[in-house]
Amino acid sequence: MSIDSSMIPASPHNDGPSGHTHRSTRRQFLATAAAGAKVAATVAATATGSALAWGGCTGAPSFGGGIVGPDRILGHRLRDRDLPPPDASERHNVVILGGGIAGLSAARSLAQRSIRDVVLLELESDTGGNSRSGINAVSAHPWGAHYLPLPGPQATEVLQLLQELGVTTGHDALGRPVYREEYLCHDPAERLFVHGRWQEGLIPQLGLDAGERDQVSTFLARMETYRRSLGSDGLPAFAIPVDRSSQDPRLLALDRITMAQWMEREGFRAAPLRRYVNYCCRDDFGTGIAQVSAWAGIHYFAARSGVAANAPSHSVLTWPEGNGWLAARLREQIAPAQIRTRHAVFGIRPDDHGAEIDVFDATLGRSLRIECRALIVATPRFVYRRLRGLPPDSAAQYPPWMVANLTLHSRPDSHGMPLCWDNVIDGSPGLGYVHAGHQSLHPRPNGTVLTYYRPLDHADPSTARGEALKADWAHWSDLTLADLSVAHPDLRRRIERLDVQVWGHGMIAPSPGFLWGHRLSAMNHRDGVVHFAHSDMSGISLFEEAYIRGLRAADAVYQQLQTTA
Amino acid sequence: MNDRTSRLLLLGSVFVIATCGLVYELIAGTIASYLLGDSITQFSTVIGVYLSAMGAGSWLSKFIHRREGWIFVQVQLLIGLVGGCSAALLFLLFPIVSSFRVPLYGLIFLVGMLVGLEIPLLLRLLKDRIEFKDLVARVFTFDYIGALLASLLFPLVLVPHLGLVRSSFLFGMLNVVVGLMSAWLLIPRGPQRRLLAVSGFLLLGALLVGFIASERLMAWSERSAYTDTVIYAKSSPYQRIVLTRNGADLRLHLNGNLQFSARDEYRYHEALVHPGLAQLTEARSVLVLGGGDGLAVREILRYPNVQTVTLVDLDGDVTRLFQTQPLLTRLNGNALNAPKVSVVNADAFTWFATNRQRFDFVVADFPDPSNFSLGKLYTTTFFQRVRSTLEPGGALVVQCTSPYVARRTFWCVNETLHASGFSHTAPYHLYVPSFGEWGFILASDHAFDAPLRLPAGLRYLNENSTRNLFDFPPDMTAVPVEVHRLNNQMLVRYFEEEWAHYVH
Repeated sequence: MSIDSSMIPASPHNDGPSGHTHRSTRRQFLATAAAGAKVAATVAATATGSALAWGGCTGAPSFGGGIVGPDRILGHRLRDRDLPPPDASERHNVVILGGGIAGLSAARSLAQRSIRDVVLLELESDTGGNSRSGINAVSAHPWGAHYLPLPGPQATEVLQLLQELGVTTGHDALGRPVYREEYLCHDPAERLFVHGRWQEGLIPQLGLDAGERDQVSTFLARMETYRRSLGSDGLPAFAIPVDRSSQDPRLLALDRITMAQWMEREGFRAAPLRRYVNYCCRDDFGTGIAQVSAWAGIHYFAARSGVAANAPSHSVLTWPEGNGWLAARLREQIAPAQIRTRHAVFGIRPDDHGAEIDVFDATLGRSLRIECRALIVATPRFVYRRLRGLPPDSAAQYPPWMVANLTLHSRPDSHGMPLCWDNVIDGSPGLGYVHAGHQSLHPRPNGTVLTYYRPLDHADPSTARGEALKADWAHWSDLTLADLSVAHPDLRRRIERLDVQVWGHGMIAPSPGFLWGHRLSAMNHRDGVVHFAHSDMSGISLFEEAYIRGLRAADAVYQQLQTTA
Repeated sequence: MNDRTSRLLLLGSVFVIATCGLVYELIAGTIASYLLGDSITQFSTVIGVYLSAMGAGSWLSKFIHRREGWIFVQVQLLIGLVGGCSAALLFLLFPIVSSFRVPLYGLIFLVGMLVGLEIPLLLRLLKDRIEFKDLVARVFTFDYIGALLASLLFPLVLVPHLGLVRSSFLFGMLNVVVGLMSAWLLIPRGPQRRLLAVSGFLLLGALLVGFIASERLMAWSERSAYTDTVIYAKSSPYQRIVLTRNGADLRLHLNGNLQFSARDEYRYHEALVHPGLAQLTEARSVLVLGGGDGLAVREILRYPNVQTVTLVDLDGDVTRLFQTQPLLTRLNGNALNAPKVSVVNADAFTWFATNRQRFDFVVADFPDPSNFSLGKLYTTTFFQRVRSTLEPGGALVVQCTSPYVARRTFWCVNETLHASGFSHTAPYHLYVPSFGEWGFILASDHAFDAPLRLPAGLRYLNENSTRNLFDFPPDMTAVPVEVHRLNNQMLVRYFEEEWAHYVH
């Protein structure tokens, strides 16, 4: 998955106290096993694995962990407007709301242009948004977005950034960038657990009949054709950033049907292929082929057109902490004093000359009024609507997610292909896990961290969100293990810690009509001195979109300041 | 029971004691030779310690004034316990203790002393039942015939059929049985005899458990997986280290893969070091990556111009083993303890991140790229780091598996070295009997055309044989291959295909 949008309080109803340590007991586990009729088979697998583990050890298996992430109490107070009125005021040149990739990108860009007196307000205790990451004694690990595909020629700003960060080290004779190979996803990248064993690659290979095999290769060939094709306006059919794609009406028409409808129409009915494409859509958008527009679904396959001197086109860049690495590099060029974390904005009043912002400093427990000449809103759009007292936009849907980081003292056994970077279980309700130790150059034979991703798309987003925010740590722990134990019956006894983060609003889902309808274009209009910067404005939650939106907002602010100065 | 029977039984016990004693002595001598090498020294010292300990025991017997029967039985049981467990104890202690000779000679001395105590006690027990001249004649006859039996049983039956550990448990049990019999003969019915019987049977049970479990222990360890005798086995955090011995041959296995055989390792290590280093007459500093056995360092130390050798090996358990065990320090000429040599236990990638020193010659002697973790040590990323630590004019040599079995693997390393920026490479190969046809590649920014100045004392290489190394017959010449990078791990894929194909 690759998601980004600055984090918002996911959880006014989060029952599990943040950071609280739980210990699962044997009794608790068995109770869950008895209750979980739906997942009886998988739980049985877990029970077997655990029973074996208990046989050799003393006492029941136990591991710590908790729900981390959004500040529950602050979330409650923000929702209930239970915040003190401002008792001080400040004036600043520019205020940026939201410290996700878009906000960091804007702040960094302003810093590079020597725009002084910029303040970035972030609700959480750390910046990074959906690219936030964690670190423990075993490994750094992502909490959200974890890779960046090689940027294609349209993503010039991102290519420029990678050069500045030393991710690319030059160009070959053909003008293709040379990538630092330690940042390219090491081989072997992906494996799929299917029919009881791990195969290399995510496209099912095992147990397919000739017809299914044929459909898979036809589908991939179609995607490759789209990847290479141009629209009637001469622009690439599918590009990143999205708004550099062709506006050819025949292509945009794909945005009016779902990916499932498109596959049905084109005769792609083979079950393994549909499972694979459904996995890809859930991975990138948090929701499956039945909800995602065909344009967005095809974009996933056809927009990755990066080239490299030393890697094939489909390669990705990744780090143990995922895109947390990129977030940290962006932050490095912003003066630390400019970033204020644990600051909850609860009022915005823009006028012709500037804006007034009410913000609660959760660390000091007091509120502040900030006047600024320019304001960049780098939060998801629903947060802004809420702050301005506007009703929610029903077309903009944000399916909730659950991410678990499993710290292991030893690596799980595998039948078939050994541990890869991305490890997916065929037909699973989750998206499998990413192995944080994969990019390590240091042989670390024992401990590692696995990051498990699960979009909660079994119900409509608000229902699923309501359920998710009520669930406690034991629920998520059992859910995670029930899924992963299908492939790893031995996993439970290898766990040292299992930490969970629930993203109440994971990332925007491009449902039919959203990307190329009127709503999204309306979103992009500047509102007086309020400039918007967020991947929401692209309708697809990608690092590249957020980064470029941040740059554009910084440009606009720069222009505004030059003209009013 | 009449007096005659009991006399015979007691004399029979002399026979058993003598047999058992000598078996323990032979077991200790054999284990010492296996583990420490140099069997002449080991057997001489073991026999010497054992016999002198018997003398000490005999001398100590004069301090026993009463209850000789009671003590005789107790000593019997004690010999059964100590002797019976001695082989298992020595094998278990070898990897743990820093000075193996202390427990080795300690155990031998204890057994010898107890056996030495037994004969005088028995003489005193029987002195009233048999005339003195008959007594001495019979006791010593049984004693020496027992020794003959032991010396025949040991090589012909015990070692081939039971192994050292089980033989020692078996003879421990025999000792205990004799002890129990003596208790029945010498101690009057009563609580004392009951106590001895109970402890004797408990001991018998314990030794029986050891006898049965020793087989499971051996199956559990790698002993059964290796055709040669395993003399050392330990799991470090990184790998399973196993040393085996078969006659004069000593072999190191890491995770079950043969690293060297003492019989022909000189061929491998001479070829690894000299074709490159003998051209660099000004070389002062050398870096060895991997090669924790110190055998490459031994070859490097032949050059007086080399001032410093830095060995970077991940596994401290391996380098410690090759710094401390006499059998191994003899093999590597104590190279890892030489003043010019500094040993660093670190992962090579991590070490490069902090290293500021530059080197004239770098030896990359890693295990074969048989998995994706090891594969990272053969990538462009890794070779670029090596290249940036070379002094101007410096060179790198890489061990590259077999160009015969794994032809694409071998030439893939060559392509990768070129892609890493080295303008010149010089692939070469030789025959190492325990490995087969084996290959290496030299890489540098300069051509390899300097005259060779080979050091004296080499067993395989001379100017002629060195020149021939660089000639590749048609079945091993270059094939088109891709560059091995972190993001494709081509080498690991080639290696897996080629070796799997070869094995099956």
